[in-house]
Amino acid sequence: MNIKRHASVLSLIAVGALALTACGSDSNTPAGSNNSAAPAPTKTAEVECGGKKDLVAEGSSAQKGAIEAFTAAYVAKCPGQQLAYTPSGSGAGVKQFNAGIVDIGGSDSALNKDKGEVDAAATRCKSNPAWNLPLVFGPVGIAYKVDGVKDLVLTPEVTAKIFNGGIAKWNDPAIAAVNKGATLPDTAIIVIFRADESGTTDNFQKYLKASAKDAWGKDAGKKFNGGVGQGAQGSAGIADAISAGNGTIGYIEWSYVQDKKLSAAKIDSGAGPVELGAEGAAAAIKSAKIKGTGNDLVIDLDALYASKTAGAYPLVLATYEIVCSKGYDADTAKAVKAFLTTAATDGQAALADAGYVPLPNEFQEKLLTAIKAIS
Amino acid sequence: MSDPVSVERPVTRNGSRGGSASTSDAEAKISSNVQGAGGPPTGTTAPAKVITRPGDRIFKALTVGSGVFVVVMIALIGIFLLIQAIPSLTENKANFLFSRDWSADPADLAFGVLDLLLVTVFSSVFALLIAMPVSLGIALFLTQYAPRKLARPFAYVIDLLAAVPSIIYGLWGAYVLAPAMGPFTKWLNDTLGFIPIFAKGSSDLGIGQTIFTAGIVLAVMLLPIITAISREVFDRTPPMQVEGALALGATKWEVVRTTVLPFGKAGYISASMLGLGRALGETIAVLIILSATTQHFSWTLFDGGDTIASKIARAAQEFNDPRGAGAYIAAGLVLFVLTFVVNAFARAIIAGHKEYE
Repeated sequence: MNIKRHASVLSLIAVGALALTACGSDSNTPAGSNNSAAPAPTKTAEVECGGKKDLVAEGSSAQKGAIEAFTAAYVAKCPGQQLAYTPSGSGAGVKQFNAGIVDIGGSDSALNKDKGEVDAAATRCKSNPAWNLPLVFGPVGIAYKVDGVKDLVLTPEVTAKIFNGGIAKWNDPAIAAVNKGATLPDTAIIVIFRADESGTTDNFQKYLKASAKDAWGKDAGKKFNGGVGQGAQGSAGIADAISAGNGTIGYIEWSYVQDKKLSAAKIDSGAGPVELGAEGAAAAIKSAKIKGTGNDLVIDLDALYASKTAGAYPLVLATYEIVCSKGYDADTAKAVKAFLTTAATDGQAALADAGYVPLPNEFQEKLLTAIKAIS
Repeated sequence: MSDPVSVERPVTRNGSRGGSASTSDAEAKISSNVQGAGGPPTGTTAPAKVITRPGDRIFKALTVGSGVFVVVMIALIGIFLLIQAIPSLTENKANFLFSRDWSADPADLAFGVLDLLLVTVFSSVFALLIAMPVSLGIALFLTQYAPRKLARPFAYVIDLLAAVPSIIYGLWGAYVLAPAMGPFTKWLNDTLGFIPIFAKGSSDLGIGQTIFTAGIVLAVMLLPIITAISREVFDRTPPMQVEGALALGATKWEVVRTTVLPFGKAGYISASMLGLGRALGETIAVLIILSATTQHFSWTLFDGGDTIASKIARAAQEFNDPRGAGAYIAAGLVLFVLTFVVNAFARAIIAGHKEYE
């Protein structure tokens, strides 16, 4: 009979599995780099904890890391409260918010009037307008991997031509003109774009359209319209493809550039090269104009992307939290206000490690005013 | 269905079982009763009435119900696909079956499934061509050549391949296999680049996210399916035929070639068709391995692209508008029909080998 042998094998596997669960650490703190050169707002506000215990939010995957940092601060500030975030994409987030299924929607772009999103949100908020509150700003890096090239400088026009096929080789005179002294190899440029529909693609193309104007020549949108290169799934896919190939270039969020230790190009908008980082992004956000009315803080992206301010890194993703101005029930409104206030104040400290830019002080004031007005 | 051996040579059948003489008459009677009108009348018993008890009726109802349920479910799925797809198809500006462009923007619907279909079939056939000989070898090894003690653990290991989730295969293929195949694919492209299937494609060979890598990973996923079924079929080879061949002085390979392979050919082909169906529908692994591309499919293994399943998966998160979603569901309908055709083809092959069923 083989029962004894089978039993001994099974028990060995069970003991081994139990022993292996002891491996691994409990620490969940993100291992970040010291990028906190930009002054983070240190205000810690009075927060009225309470209300709905389990808030639900859904939306953009670009702000997932930031929401995690905010949630940690919220739970620390208001013990017993929770927020669950599903990073299923901006489109899904807006759809679920308009359907009344989630309390806060996370989106890479403000509610679109042409698509009827503004009206649908107003219906959800019981005939009150919905507000777009930009809580998370993340710089987008142009990551590359080329043999022998360490500090690549790109202007908006050169970037646009690379991404729409106008420039096909690394030693093109247009690139050499902006990178005097660098030895550029005679290899083909391999563009890596997002194969899935993505807010990062949308913002990148908006940036090219606003800053390079005729050199880009294509539309913006969630699908990459450049017409060259190969696609990868998600920003992680792009980062891995860039690392694996030679002569590759692509656009990914700052946190991915840090995690995979890729080189990112410096952007020269006319006032000198600015490197990807918190100071450059903060300088750009400081000069951003708001195009929304009252407490609806929609940012004028075209002006932001076309800005030629010295020391500013203009390629910044602004992601919004979409909330009702009025129309929540009392419990939900209280919890939403508590979460957003914590996010705008205590939550900002951990953002730099996660690859996002903390809010400049002027912005923080405007945000806190808007959050206070939610009821 | 009559068993030729027992009708023509009842004595031999009883004799080969080594049964005792006292039971042979009773067995002859029972075997003729079971065969009903087709069997030879023994002269001592009249044809028996069919006895049914309540248990028989319940069991029959359950089995018929299960069969009907499966058919109804497939029909309902087909109807769902049609209902969702038809509004988008009527608004489609491009020819659905022959256009190579894909735009599922609800304001500007112009989608054609040709490119997706070509990539799907091409990658699946490539995977099958790799998997079929390997599975045949493994199945023959396990049933004919391996000692019994080695065969069982080895079979467990092969079946473990089927337990690996397909997303793990995708990650392994994209991040381990793709760069590792780089030098080999570059050599293939340099020396055999004049052959269309090895020509330069739309996906960089250094990164390796090509149909070539996807095909190899798909082949690994098909291995356990084809091997498991082939193993069962080869085990069922009538021992009498194997022993007869051995008695006539055949070597091991000749025994396999004359008895096991002809007997198991139909089962092996049906196992391969099952594997092909799996490869046609594989979604996540292809989604991660295959790089998307802006160019059309150009009949080379070193292309990127999308299969029908991976294209739907890429867009699944943004299914906000029913007309845009309908375009993808129409592509899914094409895949549904394709799988039907493949299975019908497999059935036609097996139908020619009825004597070995």
